[in-house]
Amino acid sequence: MAPLEYLRPSDEGAAIALAEADGRACLLAGGTDVVGLLKDGVLAPSRLVDINALPIAGVEIRDGGLSIGALTRLSDVADHPAVRGRFPALAHAVLAAASPQLRNMATVGGSLLQRTRCGYFRDPVTPCNKRAPGTGCSAIDGEHRLHAILGGSDRCIAVHPSDPAVALLALDAVVRTRGSRKERAIPVDDLYLLPGSTPERETLLEHGELIVAVELPATSFAARSCYLKVRERASFEFALVSAAVALDVRGGVIRTARVALGGVAPRPWRARAAEAVLRGSRMTEATIAAAASAAVRDARPREQNAFKVELVRRVLTRVLATAGAGG
Amino acid sequence: MTGNHPLAAESETYELSVNGRREQVKAAWLGESLLAVLRERLGLPGAKNACEQGECGSCSVFVDGVLVCSCCVLAADAVDAEVTTVEGLADGDALTDVQQSFLDAGAVQCGFCTPGLVVAVHDLLDRNPDPGDLEVREAISGNLCRCTGYGRILAAVEAVRDQRGRRSRP
Ligand SMILES: Cc1cc2nc3c(=O)[nH]c(=O)nc-3n(C[C@H](O)[C@H](O)[C@H](O)COP(=O)(O)OP(=O)(O)OC[C@H]3O[C@@H](n4cnc5c(N)ncnc54)[C@H](O)[C@@H]3O)c2cc1C
Ligand code: FES
Ligand code: FES
Repeated sequence: MAPLEYLRPSDEGAAIALAEADGRACLLAGGTDVVGLLKDGVLAPSRLVDINALPIAGVEIRDGGLSIGALTRLSDVADHPAVRGRFPALAHAVLAAASPQLRNMATVGGSLLQRTRCGYFRDPVTPCNKRAPGTGCSAIDGEHRLHAILGGSDRCIAVHPSDPAVALLALDAVVRTRGSRKERAIPVDDLYLLPGSTPERETLLEHGELIVAVELPATSFAARSCYLKVRERASFEFALVSAAVALDVRGGVIRTARVALGGVAPRPWRARAAEAVLRGSRMTEATIAAAASAAVRDARPREQNAFKVELVRRVLTRVLATAGAGG
Repeated sequence: MTGNHPLAAESETYELSVNGRREQVKAAWLGESLLAVLRERLGLPGAKNACEQGECGSCSVFVDGVLVCSCCVLAADAVDAEVTTVEGLADGDALTDVQQSFLDAGAVQCGFCTPGLVVAVHDLLDRNPDPGDLEVREAISGNLCRCTGYGRILAAVEAVRDQRGRRSRP
């Protein structure tokens, strides 16, 4: 076992400084991802900066929207009446993630930054460009049933596993971060990078940059939002395909639409082409079918995961009908 | 554990509070999970070790009253917390109502999943004394059992729910 330094600072500035000072430091929140990766030898940090003593947990109502502290546990997000009442897609997505035990531990910040469940990434001895840049992608010619049909590259086709991130994307959420020199507000839509030739870089965040909170703005479409997740069993499994949609419908016409997909791309995926079909239309069967097809127009499935293309269409058909129902 | 000094591997000593007792953990690697420390260093084998990845729930314990998978908790992170394992649920040799009900309903076959399920069911019924069938299923969805097919486990949970309900009615 490599020497490991464990630190538990109680203020944000100290946590950031401790992480920035060591290029192999890793922040530890709920630990549900980090501890597993550590045990499997996928991560080998020299320093763990445990952020659980920082005062950044809890949900606050702010400017009509919500500010969710980065350390808020998923179970507390799902239980919050304002989340359930005004941002239903997020409540659904959180409850569809993992198990009760894990939701009690996992934090909102960690959920956004959790690593892919690609089996090759999690096995420290097989080639994987994300884990060991330049070694190759084992999934492209190997097992890729669960891999990306959108946004992948010839270096990596792993998918982002987070359910909450998909809902946060559809709800225009913004991530507040802090580094030693700057604070930033990054829309979730801008947070994630596509793999391209550098799949090891997954987000815009710099080393040591701390997510302090995730903010949900008050919007005209959040209240009519929902999340649907299809998995291989009814509970406690990652998504094959999931979708979050949010709609502002007035006088029978869709004014604004957000469509985000999970389980299909290396990042939570914004289906802008589907949004464009919905905007200005009436919610008819034809509109839904056109939007669902638009979402996968650019899909590039591989041998084993072509089923995801049809599954996206069906998931979107159902979730749009659900969100669109009732005026 | 606070402090900014580097700590070498295999050399750290710290204290955990488990089932109401202070326990010394000597010369531990700081990357060890709470599950590993409970089982290997403190002689508490009730929390089981199967997947080590949060997938099976057999390692379920309470940390400050919150149900967690101890395989995913860093032991060092539990230093200021109160840990309760399945060994700490019952009073002496008496069984808890949940434990007794598992036996009565035949919900135990190989028994590997049983400690984790008992802890999870205590958590459920202490928070929600009258859960519906779907709530029960969701509450134990993080606990995998490869023997029973769950039927008798669900029956055991229902029996405790009904028993506690009768007791609390005037
Ligand atoms: C068996 C199993 C099943 C699961 N099923 C699902 C599922 O169905 N759906 C789903 O969405 N998820 C699922 N998960 C994943 C789980 O939701 C994530 O592991 C969890 O959300 C990560 O949060 P954490 O607080 O435990 O993060 P940690 O493991 O502590 O950290 C994860 C990453 O985030 C970084 N980080 C954490 N907080 C911050 C912060 N504030 N600022 C900067 N960096 C930070 C850490 O450095 C690390 O890189 C599952 C996990 C397991 C083990
Ligand atoms: S050993 Fe912890 S969940 Fe399986
Ligand atoms: S009784 Fe054998 S795993 Fe549940």
